[in-house]
Order: sequence, then structure tokens, then C-alpha cells
Amino acid sequence: MTKMNFDNVSQEYFDVLKELGNIGAGNATTALAQMLQCKVDMKVPQVRLLDFSQVGEAMGGEEQIMAGVYLLVEGDISGSMMFLCEEKVAHHLVGKLMGVEGNGTGAFTEIELSALKEIGNIITGAYLNSLSSLTKMKIIPSVPDLSIDMAAAILSVPAIEFGAMGDKLLLIQTQFTDEINLDGFFILMPDLDSYDRLLGSLGL
Amino acid sequence: MGELIKVGMADLKVCISPDSITTLGLGSCVGIAIRDPITKVGGLAHIMLPDSTQIRNSTNIPKFADTGIAELVRQMSLKGASPYRMVAKIAGGAQMFAVTGKNNLVTVGDRNVEATKKKLRELHIPILAEDTGLNYGRTVVFFPENGDFLIKAVGKGEVII
Repeated sequence: MTKMNFDNVSQEYFDVLKELGNIGAGNATTALAQMLQCKVDMKVPQVRLLDFSQVGEAMGGEEQIMAGVYLLVEGDISGSMMFLCEEKVAHHLVGKLMGVEGNGTGAFTEIELSALKEIGNIITGAYLNSLSSLTKMKIIPSVPDLSIDMAAAILSVPAIEFGAMGDKLLLIQTQFTDEINLDGFFILMPDLDSYDRLLGSLGL
Repeated sequence: MGELIKVGMADLKVCISPDSITTLGLGSCVGIAIRDPITKVGGLAHIMLPDSTQIRNSTNIPKFADTGIAELVRQMSLKGASPYRMVAKIAGGAQMFAVTGKNNLVTVGDRNVEATKKKLRELHIPILAEDTGLNYGRTVVFFPENGDFLIKAVGKGEVII
């Protein structure tokens, strides 16, 4: 019997998940700063356990256009992971990486999409790396895929994965700052057995 | 003009014309709109998973295609709709990301659409139109007055099926 129950997460578990999120997001911020060649600060991430009905509102509306990067995780744990941010944040990051001022709106070009995928790859890679070294577990990410679409549509993917386990979704919200505030969201979706292994490796 | 009623994820609602029902940003989930053309009672379900019998924790009825559709039909009947006259339109079931695991080669979007069709067939409710699959999200609005099912997608404009 698994110890993890999403509809009733103990404070102790919640704190550990929060700390994992904190460290992962911190590592991701460092990676982002190196890639963009600029200083990037990070606020302490918020960890939230949301009902499915609150998911859209947490992103600023179900129809808010977001960029989402999604990948599968294998190795000692299995599951998937997602990083997402608002379209305008994605434009800002891409502009910064490519050394041009993005216009901040509109459709992405092929090269911009490719750059965005790479940013997603680096951010999620850094996140998973820190998780791996913290838990001493082997975590192998797949090649990520990118989607620019409505928040609710993108989030249906993690929501469905959480939906197989309960009626809540665990969201880690991180605010990065370079010259502007950039909200980024991480969603880690280990399957139920992996949750036990993950928390077990930390002595819980 | 009637009221526009909103259906969330893993949720369902019933209304009577002139009211209409919407659900925003269907991804791999499926939106099932059912209507009785005589009483103009309409309902919309936003299901997330195909089969409640495959899941340990399955008390959330609107979350699954099988239980969600059955419940939608039940609630519509309570409002005066006849199951013999009901017709359906469906949308959603996209594959948002081209990443699939070893043990789920068929995507959850496809499985949701399949399970939806199976349940509707079981209940003898014909599907008049569908806009399913592919790789993008859809916002839908259903009008029980005439059965119009309006579908909006990012960068693709609007269609009525």
C-alpha cells in the first residue's frame, strides 16, 4: 500500500515536497542565468495542492496562452515533468537567449520555438539533476516536447496524470526576476510508487 | 440571451435553452454535449479519464467517461429530457505533447474519445458531429436551442459543428 494520498497530504510530506521544489527551482534558476548570461533571482517557490477546478485560475485564466514543456522521466523513478510559463515570459526568455528584443506577442517562429524547447530542456534538466543528487536516485529525462496553447489544455496533461491518483494537482510556482518578474511553474508527476521511493530515499 | 454556464475540469452541468454551456481549454480531456431537441434541455460534461473501473479512487463521477456520461443523461432526464431523443456532439481528446511512454502507446486523448463513443453507443445516443484528436486545445460553447457546438482554438479561429 502506497503512503502517498493526494487528497490528504500530511504536513511533513508537504514540507519535503516543498523543499524538493525549492532546491529544484533554485538549480533551474542558476542554469537559466548561465544560459542567458545575466543575473536571475528567484523568490521562495510556492507549493500548492490544487483542485482541478482551481487549475485554470492559478494560471491567470483557463484561456491564458502558455508555453509548456513536457517530458517523461525514467530510471529509479518513473513519471513525467512539466515546466510552463506565460506566452509573454516565453517571448522574453527567447529574446534574451537569441540576443534580440522580442516583440512579446504573437506566434513564435520556427527558430524561436527551437530556442524555447532548449530553454525548457535546460530548466527541467537542472531541476531533475538536483532531485537526482539529493535523493541519490537515477533519473533519466526523455527529450521534451513543447506546446503553446491555452493553460487549461496544457494542464489537462498533468491533471489527467494526477487524476488517476486523486482529485488534486501539486503545483510549484517560482518567480524568477531578471529585469522583469517571470512566473514559472513546475509540475512533477512521479507515479505513486515513485513518490514512495522518492520520499523513502529521504528517510520518510 | 440566456445565461452562459461554465463547466470546469471533471465537471458537468445541465441547462435549458436559452441558456448555453461552455468549458474552456479542453486538452486531452473530452467535452460531451448532449441535447434533447424537443425540450431543448442540454448538458455538457468535461471528462478527464476513460474508465472509472480502472482506477482505485473513482468516487469523482464527472471525471470519467463512463460514469460522467451516465450521470449527465440522468441529470438531463430529471430536467425533462428524454433519453430516446438525445443526440450528442463531442470535442477534445487532443495529444498536447508528442511524448509517449512505453506502457501507454495509445494516448489518453484517444482513449478518452474511444471510451466516450463506447458509452454513447451503449446508451443509444447518436453522435451527430465531432472535432477530436490532433494536438491543440479547444474551448467549446454548446447551445441547446439549436444544437450548435462552437469550437475555438488558438490561432485557428472558430468553427460550429
